[in-house]
Amino acid sequence: MEDSLPGSVPFWLDPKKRAIMFQIAVFAMVGLLAYYLVSNTLINLKKQSIATGFSFFHKESSFEIGESLISYSAASSYGRALIVGALNTLKVSFIGIVITVILGAILGVARLSSNWLVSRLSSIYIEVMQDIPILLQLFFWYAMFYETFPGPRQALSPINGLFLCNRGVAFTVPAANPAHKYMFLSLILACVVAYVIRRWAKKRQDETGKIFPVFSISIGLIIGTPLVTWLFFGAPTKMDIPKLVGFNFTGGITLSPEFISILLGLILYTAAFVAEAVRAGIQSVSKGQREAAMAIGLRPPLVLNLVILPQALRVIIPPLTSQMLNLTKNSSLAVAIGYPDFVSVANTTINQTGQSIEGVALIMALYLIFSLSTSAFMNWYNKRVALVER
Amino acid sequence: MEESIQRTQTDELKPSVTSVGAIGWARSNLFNGVFNSILTIVTLYLLWEIIPPLFQWAFIDSVWHTTGKACRGIDGACWSIIPTNLRFIIFGFFPYESQWRPLLAMFILFGLLFYSRDRKHWTKYLGYGWIAGLFVMGLLMKGGLFGLTPVESTQWGGLPLTLLLSVFGLTAAYPLGVVLALGRQSKMPGVKWLSVIYIELIRGVPLISLLFMSSIIFPLFLPEGITINKILRAQVAIILFTAAYIAEVVRGGLQGMSRGQYEAAESMGLNYYLTMRLVILPQALKIVIPPTVSILISAFKDTSLVVIIALYDVLKTTQSVLSNPEWMGFSREAYIFVAILYFLGCFSMSNFSRKLEKELSAGEQQ
Repeated sequence: MEDSLPGSVPFWLDPKKRAIMFQIAVFAMVGLLAYYLVSNTLINLKKQSIATGFSFFHKESSFEIGESLISYSAASSYGRALIVGALNTLKVSFIGIVITVILGAILGVARLSSNWLVSRLSSIYIEVMQDIPILLQLFFWYAMFYETFPGPRQALSPINGLFLCNRGVAFTVPAANPAHKYMFLSLILACVVAYVIRRWAKKRQDETGKIFPVFSISIGLIIGTPLVTWLFFGAPTKMDIPKLVGFNFTGGITLSPEFISILLGLILYTAAFVAEAVRAGIQSVSKGQREAAMAIGLRPPLVLNLVILPQALRVIIPPLTSQMLNLTKNSSLAVAIGYPDFVSVANTTINQTGQSIEGVALIMALYLIFSLSTSAFMNWYNKRVALVER
Repeated sequence: MEESIQRTQTDELKPSVTSVGAIGWARSNLFNGVFNSILTIVTLYLLWEIIPPLFQWAFIDSVWHTTGKACRGIDGACWSIIPTNLRFIIFGFFPYESQWRPLLAMFILFGLLFYSRDRKHWTKYLGYGWIAGLFVMGLLMKGGLFGLTPVESTQWGGLPLTLLLSVFGLTAAYPLGVVLALGRQSKMPGVKWLSVIYIELIRGVPLISLLFMSSIIFPLFLPEGITINKILRAQVAIILFTAAYIAEVVRGGLQGMSRGQYEAAESMGLNYYLTMRLVILPQALKIVIPPTVSILISAFKDTSLVVIIALYDVLKTTQSVLSNPEWMGFSREAYIFVAILYFLGCFSMSNFSRKLEKELSAGEQQ
């Protein structure tokens, strides 16, 4: 027996070669499985004479969609129907996220309140809502709508200009006026200016230590500028009040029962999780931080702004983003109560064209885009706020 | 030196009445400061507006044992919908005379879960007990042996189906999740990227898209003539979905291991498999028990999504009772009942998770 030289180790004992062999084996297995499934699928598709590809995008959809942000009719194409669905998903997710964050923050702070009653009620809410499936909550709110509210003719009107009936909620909005467009533009302008001021103030504070009241001035700008624009256009106050015509309300804005149920369900469910994230974030800042900040003479608003919030937000933002993503993914349950979101439209498309693979692939692709862009944002944010260890 | 300590007789000063007892408690917890006092009063007013009418509706004006027709005229809750249809809501289309079998299976499951609560009972024998228990439960549901009449799995439904999907989902997803987590930590780039792609892909899409896939695409994947029943397909979708989430949780545990553990195992001459099995995984998996329980909770809640692909879980059976003309319009009562079922399940699990977290962190501190 000769001592084997390092070069002559049998390949199954050389870790590097073994790793390569192992990976080849894994890829071969995955590849074989994929080949098996794809070939079966192709045979089946041929047998059932189902078309493949995305050519159905241009065909006439011939189904109606209850609510849509862009013009759509049954004569429009499948492609347009899917865009309508994606916009509806974005609409419910965006409004849902904004309200959820506000409600969740309030609940999270209430959970830590020194007021026993408030903190107890908030913790009961959080526990109960987290423990009931979102789908059940959606069904509950949807059924509530139909079983509680009367028909449009007997619509409830708790305050002037607001009507509740089983066809939806109709409420008064200011009548369309060119001023609104300019008010919106001035709002965006105000936000940009506020952002610039914030950067300048931070730079100045870093250099000179002088503090600029950024918050109150920003709020003033953001509320004030559109208000000034509104006054400049002669303060139009004409209102568009919903009126009962036939069986439905016209004028104002009518929100469908489906939209309200899905929005309510998503908000009430996700807010409980957001509240937990907010609570954990606030609790993660140790008491010493607040005491130290007060000891060096910062006033309470500054303690919150400069010491507590930057540290708490670092803990709150990651779970908060994942909850926003969860809300967006859960909005796909809209299909169960008939709100025309992307999944629901894609489902109808699948049923009509039979092209289930393309349909499900589209659903997955859309949500993947959402979640990949969210995690890209998260990585960027984490890098930005990561503790710089010295 | 006795004199140096003066024992003077003084009256013990009692705290004022307003700072102890119920009044003191209320003062320091409900009425400390103007803002809190206003908050308390507003909250109390809201509770006064909500609770008594709700109580009146649920308990005083309600009826419990009537027909659907008798419910129509009353103001209160019609709880009659629950006892009258209880067996259908709980067991779905399982043959009526054999419904003791799923009931017994559920009792075995609850018994095992209850016994497993205590960490002192976590031994090899409990593992065998679970395997035997799962086998007996499967036998009770499926029948066909020992004179039990066979029941097609298409007839399974209600609460047993919900429990089956979540318990089997987690048990099967767990090993897969561990493998994926190890794959993601692997030094082999091919294995690593396959695991990363799988995990991120699954976590990026909603469960409903996987369920659609299982119900409408999966039959296309199989050669002609082979069909797999709907429940199993949904079960596979749930397993694939849950595994990705477990992988992320386990990865957290693996990352929590100090490098010294790997080095110590290596210096003992253990190979990769033994290092993982004897050193790393036992510690890592212990750390991640609490987050694993929260995954079990979400898996339990997520099984309700099978309603959308028309499986008769406990939510779907409730809905089909509600579509019966006799009981139409009593959704409130029915959904509240199902919500209570889910709440009890999730609440006991999250309580257990909290208790376990406390025990485990106490162990760390010793």
